[in-house]
Amino acid sequence: MSASVLYDHPGPRARARNRVLSVVFAVLLVAGLYGIYRAFDSTQQWTWQKWQPFFETVTVNGQTANFWTDYAWPGLLATLQAAATAMLLALAFGLVFSVARLSEHWWIRVPAGVVVEFFRAVPVLLMIFFLSFGGFWVFGTLIPPFWSVVIGLTLYNGSVLAEAFRAGIRAVPKGQSEAAYSLGLTKGQVMRVILIPQAARSMLPVIVSQLVVVLKDTALGYIVSYPELMLEGSKGYAVFTNAVPTFMVLALIYIVINGLLTLVAHLLERRANRLGVTNPATKAATAATAATGLGGGGGGSGA
Amino acid sequence: MDVFLDPANRQAYLDGFLTILKLTGASALLALVLGMLLAACRVSPVPVLRALGAGWVHLFRNTPLTLVILFCFFGLYSAVGVEFSEDIHINNYWLAVTGLSAYTAAFVCEAIRSGINTVPVGQAEAARALGLSFSQNLRLIILPQAMRSVVAPLGSILIALTKNATIAGVIGVAEASSAMKALIESNGDQTIAIFAVFALTFVALLVPVGYAFSALANRLVVRR
Repeated sequence: MSASVLYDHPGPRARARNRVLSVVFAVLLVAGLYGIYRAFDSTQQWTWQKWQPFFETVTVNGQTANFWTDYAWPGLLATLQAAATAMLLALAFGLVFSVARLSEHWWIRVPAGVVVEFFRAVPVLLMIFFLSFGGFWVFGTLIPPFWSVVIGLTLYNGSVLAEAFRAGIRAVPKGQSEAAYSLGLTKGQVMRVILIPQAARSMLPVIVSQLVVVLKDTALGYIVSYPELMLEGSKGYAVFTNAVPTFMVLALIYIVINGLLTLVAHLLERRANRLGVTNPATKAATAATAATGLGGGGGGSGA
Repeated sequence: MDVFLDPANRQAYLDGFLTILKLTGASALLALVLGMLLAACRVSPVPVLRALGAGWVHLFRNTPLTLVILFCFFGLYSAVGVEFSEDIHINNYWLAVTGLSAYTAAFVCEAIRSGINTVPVGQAEAARALGLSFSQNLRLIILPQAMRSVVAPLGSILIALTKNATIAGVIGVAEASSAMKALIESNGDQTIAIFAVFALTFVALLVPVGYAFSALANRLVVRR
């Protein structure tokens, strides 16, 4: 019960008062929603003609098109493809740089730290523009929009994951690595066999939440003409002339997918707690970084 | 580096970052106020308000910011007719601020709510046992402890907001990333120098903010 810190269990009087307040605010909320409805209605955003494309194939100016099969589905596939590629690369990037930042040699630790700090501070959009518009000058070849989006997202989210992994690895109780060393394992073995597996399991929820961030940020592809869900949707509303309804439907698609991912993250967290694979120290560390990552993320996301 | 010897280019660079700071400043303030109101809704004893807060958070946390800002333009401005100013530049600036604030408020709300949840129940129970009223309990016991654990997440949100401000370029606000794109397009041979200057400016702006917030959070943290 999240609220229990703030107030006691309500007695009869408090319950009566809450009921009255509920009714008052419900009326206000409905009035607000009706106001929003009317505001959009003033420019005919709710007409069947504008919403029909989401329910059936329509013919506009002699052109037959279906919102789902012609625009949303191909766009969604491109979005998922970019998100999955970026996430896999970000995991590899994060793993390499978290281990590098824990290195005993300063000439590995310091440069890795600089790289991670740099990519966490630079907006993703800036990297995407650099690759898309400057790629030809720097690498002598045009970088396709897919790769500018994927590389931009990889560098940022990889850096965020690197920090999360590092905190997770450091939070594994010291006795674990001490015991491993005393058994004669080498540094590499201790990291590979003892530390990373224990840290990774408790970080599964963090990884899934980061996937939400990646998926949302693929929408930046819209700006550099990568045909993901946003761009395909905008091609759709150019045909159907229904920009506002299309944005609402696109938002709904993102909310459903990200909602499912968040649900998976919660289930994984519950499972980890139940199996007891999460020791409290690791959990605290990952939670702390997750909160910070949220910035990135979510918010962060962004760009 | 000669690209920055041209005063016009230098001005574009400075204007770009000034716009980023203006977007961040206005949105940070609005998002903080809105986020606190939403957090108050989310922890209130009234189910309707809790649902409102939860709905807002789910809506904006799961929608890409690009979509939110485009919707501010096409939905709020074009369809509903929300107009902040006759001047298209000022209007687009405020539309972007609207989108950034609404989006960021969802994260602020969650940060504050989890801050309140870090306060042990015993604190409030002890306060009630001493006879403190609801508002005394909130003012003297819970919020002072909650605000301390909220400092670090709010810092991350501020940093994310500053970076997210670049997305305002999608509705034609002349912010830093648009300025960089224009400079690269006309001075392709100096791409690396241009990117380095813009990226390092962000690093110079944001890395100190990050360290300042974590230092502050460490000083304020409630050790339990």
